[in-house]
Amino acid sequence: MLPELGNFALILAMTIALAQGIVPLVGAARGIPGWVAFARPAAWVQFLLLIISFSILTYAFVVNDFSVAYVANHSNSALPLMYRISAVWGGHEGSLLLWVMLMAGWSTAVGLFSKRLPPEMVARVLAVMGLLGVGFASFVVFTSNPFDRYFPAPMDGRDLNPMLQDFGLIVHPPMLYMGYVGFSVAFAFAIAALLGGRLDAAWARWSRPWTIVAWLFLTLGISLGSWWAYYELGWGGWWFWDPVENASFLPWLVGTALMHSLAVSEKRSTFKGWTVLLAIFAFSLCLLGTFLVRSGVLTSVHAFASDPTRGVYVLLLLGIVVGVSLVIYAWRAPQVKSAGNFALLSRETFLLGNNVLLVVATATILIGTIYPLILDALDLGKISVGPPYFNAVFVPLMIPLVIALGIGPLSRWKQDSFERLGKILRFALLISLILGVLWPWMLFGQLDFMVIVGATISIWLVCSILLDLFYRSRHKASLWKGLTSQSLSYYGMSMAHLGVAVTVIGITFSSYYSLEKDLRMAPGDQLELGGYLFHFDGVRDNHGPNYTATEGVVTVTKNGEPVATLYSQKRNYTVQQMPMTEAGIDPGLFRDLYIAMGEPLGDDGWAMRIYYKPFIRWIWLGSLFMVFGGILAASDRRYRLMEKRKAGLNTDAKLAVQES
Amino acid sequence: MKVRFLIPLVLFLLLIGLFVAGLKLDPSVVPSPLIDKPVPQFSLPELHDQEKIVDSAELTKHQVSLFNIWASWCVACRQEHPFLMELARAGEVPIYGLNYKDKRPDAIGWLKRLGNPYIASAFDEKGRVGLDWGVYGVPETFVVDSKGIIRYKQIGPLTKQAWQETILPLIDKIRAEEG
Repeated sequence: MLPELGNFALILAMTIALAQGIVPLVGAARGIPGWVAFARPAAWVQFLLLIISFSILTYAFVVNDFSVAYVANHSNSALPLMYRISAVWGGHEGSLLLWVMLMAGWSTAVGLFSKRLPPEMVARVLAVMGLLGVGFASFVVFTSNPFDRYFPAPMDGRDLNPMLQDFGLIVHPPMLYMGYVGFSVAFAFAIAALLGGRLDAAWARWSRPWTIVAWLFLTLGISLGSWWAYYELGWGGWWFWDPVENASFLPWLVGTALMHSLAVSEKRSTFKGWTVLLAIFAFSLCLLGTFLVRSGVLTSVHAFASDPTRGVYVLLLLGIVVGVSLVIYAWRAPQVKSAGNFALLSRETFLLGNNVLLVVATATILIGTIYPLILDALDLGKISVGPPYFNAVFVPLMIPLVIALGIGPLSRWKQDSFERLGKILRFALLISLILGVLWPWMLFGQLDFMVIVGATISIWLVCSILLDLFYRSRHKASLWKGLTSQSLSYYGMSMAHLGVAVTVIGITFSSYYSLEKDLRMAPGDQLELGGYLFHFDGVRDNHGPNYTATEGVVTVTKNGEPVATLYSQKRNYTVQQMPMTEAGIDPGLFRDLYIAMGEPLGDDGWAMRIYYKPFIRWIWLGSLFMVFGGILAASDRRYRLMEKRKAGLNTDAKLAVQES
Repeated sequence: MKVRFLIPLVLFLLLIGLFVAGLKLDPSVVPSPLIDKPVPQFSLPELHDQEKIVDSAELTKHQVSLFNIWASWCVACRQEHPFLMELARAGEVPIYGLNYKDKRPDAIGWLKRLGNPYIASAFDEKGRVGLDWGVYGVPETFVVDSKGIIRYKQIGPLTKQAWQETILPLIDKIRAEEG
């Protein structure tokens, strides 16, 4: 009975989304205040209904209701409660329901935090979000309903894929979806602005915090995914350029470009047509990713069970959403007038450079991802594009980006001079050229050209961020006063840029200085790697709620001092009969020690993989900096100030009414 | 309406056309024109030992053998690998490898780490031989009989299911044919 109620709530939410998509749009066009005001409550009710629907599905997992086909396919009575709950989004149908619910959640948030916006604008934004909601909710209802029943119900479920039984995978999809869906807000703002014909600085200012929040969720989601791949897959790698990874990375790149171009649109009122296009692209790439992952047009390791009808549906959705929005763009954008001019050397140029590099990077990765499909469709044969291509095209684009990143924030709007920038930055140039060689050499005692490049540009970036902070603060009465008078969004930007430097260091050092050893180890055997002594104590049996495991124990010492004890497991999940390797990791700020057990080799011997990975944590540490920077920037007081100003205006107006 | 504002729309429509075409194709099931044809001739250095040569004649030395295309950069190959190891350990069928567009140290390290199920791996650095074999994605596995005829081609990882439902019965059939 309950699952049917869940289904009913979902269908109801879909119809309300349809009303939310039409009524306010007509109201805004015809100027009917009641219809305009319909948008907010519709969003709330839709969100509430989807929460009910989602909770019912979760409940079916909690109580092991295997008569629900989706539960039977993705859970098992022996699965721990935590994973039974996360299994709700462990498959195609449930993850889409999560997507639809989050989208309604974002609509509700827009309704709540947009009191200062003109009502027609809010109505249009929520209407666009409502229409998107209809698209996705109908996708769930008609092609991927998680409430379908099995009759008769199976005795037990088929269990959640063991790969997904992990903390990283509990939090990774919701964060990623928050990011994907979040870009629908930026998209809705862009479409609403095009429709309303007010593509101005105010529009850019309203979109900015939403875009930043979506971006920071996406950043978090992607880095969680990469962190998970690192410790769970047992290969020591953290990025594989798999189509599914690319599908999340493409909107991130365009989203990053969008954030920066929104800054220009707000401050200088130029680039507006371009910014709108980026907002459309960012969300389109989210949809494209969904299509690629769920339609089965590309082979990938973590593709969802694919189904041609689903592929057709997402393609239809993609075609309508992107097609219609590009038609609106072609129709409305020519009327947008860009104001300010700028000189060749100016902050506008640097931000333009940022946009060009990021968009070119997006295009090359997109081409690499769909190239096999292009050749196939043109009947030119089949190929697969691997990491060699992506590394070869992506890295050379990122180097100039990081270098320009060091100059951009220091440069002035409109016009700047080489003399001024040179005077500030020659110091950074000197330090980075020296330390870029010296630092890795002192740490590791050997050098590679790419290491020098990576270290130099990172140090260059850090120096320029510090110099920028210093030059901005020094004119105040005291340096402390200068530092505290900078805005939160400025600190957010610097923090995020610092994150880029940290991540680049992490990638560079861990790629070039990692040590790895594959060997046969019997209990009592030792190995020295990277100054650490690994001693294999032996194996023991272990078991979890739904798996049995053989656990290898390795103690690590350095110069006779104990450092860590590592436990690596080879698990066998009983229901799906799937072997999994659980790596043993001793994480550290400057190095990870990583062991993974391989196959038994007879005579107590085991194949062992031992890694020493310097600075690998910096990859994710840097992305946390970026996330934190995003939080700072989104909570800048000028966004809150506008809220207050508007509230003040209202009280003034009320007073005026009372007085008259 | 200025034409340049239509450019994104046109590009997008092209992309959609591509996807419509793509939906009709299944990336994992495509018949090979090589089925029931003799294996394309090749002669390549062995992966571990440059001096040694692996050639197409090698494949005809057994009643039936598997020819597996792999690379250390290929994620799906990792997925497939434990099963190949299982087959090799059980001595079910001789397995030859074609190391495709790889770097020698990477490939050797990969086998050292995960185990080597191959009797020999031909080292196809530039992918020329892979081209002759019509390789369009790694991994791929060919079933070759003693006359050097390709009897079957598995695209994508060799799964237990594919093995039990298709390949093993075929191998039994070939073995029966040849007595």
